[in-house]
Amino acid sequence: MSGPVRVVIVDDHRLFRAGVRAELGERVEVVGDAGSVEDAVRVIDAAGPDVVLLDVHMPDGGGREVIRRCCEARGEDDRPPRFLALSVSDAAEDVIAVIRAGARGYVTKSISGAELADAVERVAEGDAVFSPRLAGFVLDAFAEDAEPAPPSAPGADAELDQLTPREREVLRHIARGYMYKEIAQTLGISVKTVEAHVSAVLRKLQLSSRHELSRWAVQRRLVSFD
Amino acid sequence: MSSQAASAPPTASRREPLRRRPDEGLIGGVCAGFAHRLDVDVRWLRVFGALIAGAGGVGVVLYALLWAVIPVAPESRGLGRRPGAWREAMLTVAGVVVVLWALRRVGVALQGDVLWPVVIGVAGLALVWRPIAGDLGASTAGAPPPAGRLAAVRGRMRFPGRIDGTRVLLGVLMVSFASAALLHHYAVMRSLGKAIGAVALLTVIAVALGAPWFMRLWRSLAFERAARIREQERAEVAAHLHDSVLQTLALIQKRAADPREVAGLARRQERELRSWLRMDRADRAEPGEDTVAAALAGAAAEIEELHGVPVEVVTVGDGPLDASLQAVVQAAREALTNAAKFSGADRIDLFAEVRPDRVEVFVRDRGAGFDTQAVPEDRRGLRDSIVGRIERHNGLATVRSRPGEGTEVELQMARAPSRGAGRAGG
Repeated sequence: MSGPVRVVIVDDHRLFRAGVRAELGERVEVVGDAGSVEDAVRVIDAAGPDVVLLDVHMPDGGGREVIRRCCEARGEDDRPPRFLALSVSDAAEDVIAVIRAGARGYVTKSISGAELADAVERVAEGDAVFSPRLAGFVLDAFAEDAEPAPPSAPGADAELDQLTPREREVLRHIARGYMYKEIAQTLGISVKTVEAHVSAVLRKLQLSSRHELSRWAVQRRLVSFD
Repeated sequence: MSSQAASAPPTASRREPLRRRPDEGLIGGVCAGFAHRLDVDVRWLRVFGALIAGAGGVGVVLYALLWAVIPVAPESRGLGRRPGAWREAMLTVAGVVVVLWALRRVGVALQGDVLWPVVIGVAGLALVWRPIAGDLGASTAGAPPPAGRLAAVRGRMRFPGRIDGTRVLLGVLMVSFASAALLHHYAVMRSLGKAIGAVALLTVIAVALGAPWFMRLWRSLAFERAARIREQERAEVAAHLHDSVLQTLALIQKRAADPREVAGLARRQERELRSWLRMDRADRAEPGEDTVAAALAGAAAEIEELHGVPVEVVTVGDGPLDASLQAVVQAAREALTNAAKFSGADRIDLFAEVRPDRVEVFVRDRGAGFDTQAVPEDRRGLRDSIVGRIERHNGLATVRSRPGEGTEVELQMARAPSRGAGRAGG
């Protein structure tokens, strides 16, 4: 990718949008912002950003609705931007719902400007961004002793319902506050491998039919079984 | 003397107000109530009651009136009626009927044609009026259950309304029947049949005309009730915001010169607001302080407040605290204190994973770090409070640190296979 990452900020609080814009500073290029679902879809269509920073809670469906409308309006070869959720909520159901809708990661609003810019760049390159809290939620949802989805369930894929020991180990380190580089060092693997593990976990998180994930999504009445 | 009455303390029975005791009585607990008040055996009162009931039905009317008027004793509210009470009551009534029937056969006319409609009518009136008296009684003594604010409000709204319906309907039917029977008896029906018919027709028309108005009144009542409940909830939220958020905002404005303190205030307020929001979520049992996750969150909050360094707490799984896990929490607290005091980091990560067989806790900072080999023996914080405490409970404590790379304290503790086996530390 050439030049700085192009970003659109979607949040219904104007003050917060201004704050994020200022914090991101030079490292990324903010090409637009929007304060509602309607505006967001229009701005994203017009500006064609690499990454959309997305508030989870907004009127008219929130971040999830933005993702849905941006993705369904496009054809096969027209790739939608990547979404990074940004929210004050620390409730598992909010976080899981927006990830399952298609966001590539989730960070809380208390994140520092430099960390946020890091996260934006990583998402732009196609990686997933897990905050310690999200890692904790995933470990909870994929708990070893909990029941996976019944094998008879339609479309259930046993592989999607389990984390490998390595993925679990990587998530634990993220939850402990380790950076990817530090995880690679500690586990004796390359940073690329760490990223691959995290991406695999993201895929499972989005596609798995595990009971816990469905339950969290249902609690917000945000799920649409497809 | 019945055992219940005898067991009442004498001072209380001296000036005890008259209350029905449905849990002890046969029908409505009126006799039992009088027995308590007058300090006599309930059986005498029942015989007396049956006698005056037989004497022209006056007793039945009297009973129904008393049932309606006397409130339920608070200590007997909510208790079920004694098992078999209905059967006994039915037997008593049947006995009275038989006696009356026998009396009539003998020739003592009781003018039942007049008497019974009156009895039934009064009983119906009693039924109609009773819910109102009952409501008054309930509102004076009914404390809302502590099952969450919303539930309490809804319970208050629904409870009286549901009972009213059938009871009032039954009462109205009884009164109508009684009136019709009386009219019939005095031959009004026959002589003034046409007039009655006209009145009935007018009544039907009036009801048909009045129904929409009545329904609107009813609906507006319900609406008003819902609005009142909403208002109550809103007031509660407003009160909470006043006590917490607005206070903190005022404090922040005052202390604007001290960024560290402002951050601390904001952080504390955020934590409090989050826990308040979580509490309101329906159906979710609030985790008590006696679980590992709750205890760790509490310790982290304390450290944040004491030292002004934010602690990012992530927990996976949860479980009840026992003595050895208590030690883990205390050691983690000590590790947090060290990180907050000495590392200079602007954030501390705490991660805890509670598995069925063991608990792992990691406290990580990106601060100054230190040379683990060079720690003097007298640095008691690390030695005693963390490593020693954990090892006394057969756990494992590891400290990883290098100058410039921050510190991580790892605590591991096996969990007792059965919960509740409170092992004292030894």
